[in-house]
Amino acid sequence: MNDTLNLLIGLAMGFNLLALGTSRLPVLIRAVAVQGVLLGLLPLVLEAHALDWRLILITLATVAGKGFLIPYMLIRAMRAANIARELEPFIGYIPSLLLGAGGTIAAVALTGYLPLLPEHAGNLHVPGAMALILTGFILLIGRTKAISQVCGYLILENGIYLAGLLLIRSTPILVEFGILLDVTVGIFVIGIIVDRIQRAFDSLDTRKLTALHE
Amino acid sequence: MNAYLLILIPLAGAVLAALWPHRRTRPFFLPAVAFAHTALCVLLLARPVAVDPSSWLAFDPLARAILPGVSLLFLLCACYAVGYLRLKEQDNRVFVPALLLVLGLLSAGHQARHLGILWIATEAVTLACVPLIHFNGTPRSFEATWKYLLVGGTGIALSLLGSICLGYASLHGGGSGDITFTALLAHGPNLSRAWVLTAWVLLLVGYGTKMGLAPMHTWKPDAYGESPGIVGALLAGGVTSVAFMALLRIKSVVDAAGEGVVASRTLLAIGLFSTLVAALFLLRTRDFKRMLAYSSIEHMGILCIATSLGGPGAWAALFHVWSNGLTKGALFLSAGNLQRAADSSSIDDARGMFKVMPRSSMLLVTGMFAITACPPFAPFFSELLVVRTGFAAGQGWAIGLFLACLLLAFFGLSRIVFAVVDGRPRLRTTKRARVRESAGLVLPPLFLLAASFWLGLFTPDILRDAWSAAVLQLFPTP
Repeated sequence: MNDTLNLLIGLAMGFNLLALGTSRLPVLIRAVAVQGVLLGLLPLVLEAHALDWRLILITLATVAGKGFLIPYMLIRAMRAANIARELEPFIGYIPSLLLGAGGTIAAVALTGYLPLLPEHAGNLHVPGAMALILTGFILLIGRTKAISQVCGYLILENGIYLAGLLLIRSTPILVEFGILLDVTVGIFVIGIIVDRIQRAFDSLDTRKLTALHE
Repeated sequence: MNAYLLILIPLAGAVLAALWPHRRTRPFFLPAVAFAHTALCVLLLARPVAVDPSSWLAFDPLARAILPGVSLLFLLCACYAVGYLRLKEQDNRVFVPALLLVLGLLSAGHQARHLGILWIATEAVTLACVPLIHFNGTPRSFEATWKYLLVGGTGIALSLLGSICLGYASLHGGGSGDITFTALLAHGPNLSRAWVLTAWVLLLVGYGTKMGLAPMHTWKPDAYGESPGIVGALLAGGVTSVAFMALLRIKSVVDAAGEGVVASRTLLAIGLFSTLVAALFLLRTRDFKRMLAYSSIEHMGILCIATSLGGPGAWAALFHVWSNGLTKGALFLSAGNLQRAADSSSIDDARGMFKVMPRSSMLLVTGMFAITACPPFAPFFSELLVVRTGFAAGQGWAIGLFLACLLLAFFGLSRIVFAVVDGRPRLRTTKRARVRESAGLVLPPLFLLAASFWLGLFTPDILRDAWSAAVLQLFPTP
């Protein structure tokens, strides 16, 4: 079980670096989508011995939402706005990559010092979650296009979802389902807003949102 | 059952309002549903029901101490909305159901006794407010909505992470990972300390963003400034109170885990910082609706300072939730009237409003004195209680700084309010078609101010009992 788990999470962490290093929005969106699918499969790996229909439903919903529905909406928003690149990020690509890589190494190193249960100690579960959350924040802060920021938010959500999987055995699954639904709706609304911003400002550049200040 | 009714009535009202075919009559759903909600709340306030400790949603003492106040605020805002929406040409097919949805979700959030349910309710309230904030449909309101979503969304994400950490604290301490507050409290000292502290930081940042504590307050001036006054009133008096309720419940778990001192200290620090930041920005801003946002940040800071002072402080905080919600509601509604008449909320354009809208101007001035803690309105009494509790708890320096911030805030608020009310109106304002000050737009803020007055001078015993019972739930062993 640990090998498959490490493989999936390790791959997802690799897509972090791809997301940090690219200037092309289609690549960024697809990296986030593949990462979502990889993480969406995790419940099946974690609970391989106790599969039931609720678990399978959750897996399906996660994979469909994170892997297909949201990326599809983002690609539509991107085409509508007619932009494909993030040209002037606040934090450049090489610095973001270095930050992300450094953060990932730090997360792996730090995990040894965290008070963890034995079943969570020897794998990439916790460091993976920390690296994803960090990557999400770097993208949220360091990019100027609304779509890149939404992708950053998605990676942040992926990280939190991964952290939530630590509790999959103990917390009633009903709550998790509600959480999943909420997150999807949240992004959905953000997508609509992106659409609106584009109509109002003819660009997805959040730097132009500067009318409101002291 | 009653707990569910408080949630289901508004939700059913929202569905009906969304299906209702007539734009002119749809707003009447708001007062109808709000009245039923308030009546039920008052009934439950008068006759508290026994709470099953393992239930996920219940009208427990904490909900009893705050929810009726929120319900009263919503009722008066709903009455105002009828007159307000009559003036507007926009379609209200989304606005009215979204308002009712907010009421239902606020009731769920206040009554949530399960960390996950609490989070879902807060997240859903955040999303339900989105169409309310960009109701005016201007580019500025889009900008405000985008910032609200991005900052609020991040805060909500962090509070989920914090909830997961708290669940893990229980799991690591040998518990079953049950995240109802009852189970977490019972587990108390066995919770893993390191994870409880991590959870506290994340939850404070997460729910603090929803409350609008500095430095996570950046969305607040934009959202309050660009949304209709009625939405500002509900955000400042309702949505923030859910986030505060969340922090109260979580703090009681942190106390039970034996880290209460750390939690109190962080609350005191963040509360003082919020009041200071708000006071300084109040001296700078030139927009009277953004002014209300900074005033709201200041009062959220006061709530945190009060909560950090232990049991008597928490009592004062619950009192202050009521007094701040009602008074702030009056301010937002009257400020909304003035903004419509001047077609601007900047003191550069809105001047001499007393000549244009005398009643709303009077309400704004009186509300300003009420919110800056002038007697005999409720904020004076609740803040006095905070100050006395602070001195009794030996936090003299903190209270000194707090009083200095209140003074600065008074300078800032009075500067803006008198700039708006005094003087001669601009030609542009007087030339515009006169907006009549109809009773529907003046009576609700007047009632809110009257409620604040009544709450200050004649605090009913039933509320005192409700607050004491809530404090007893928060601090079982004094």
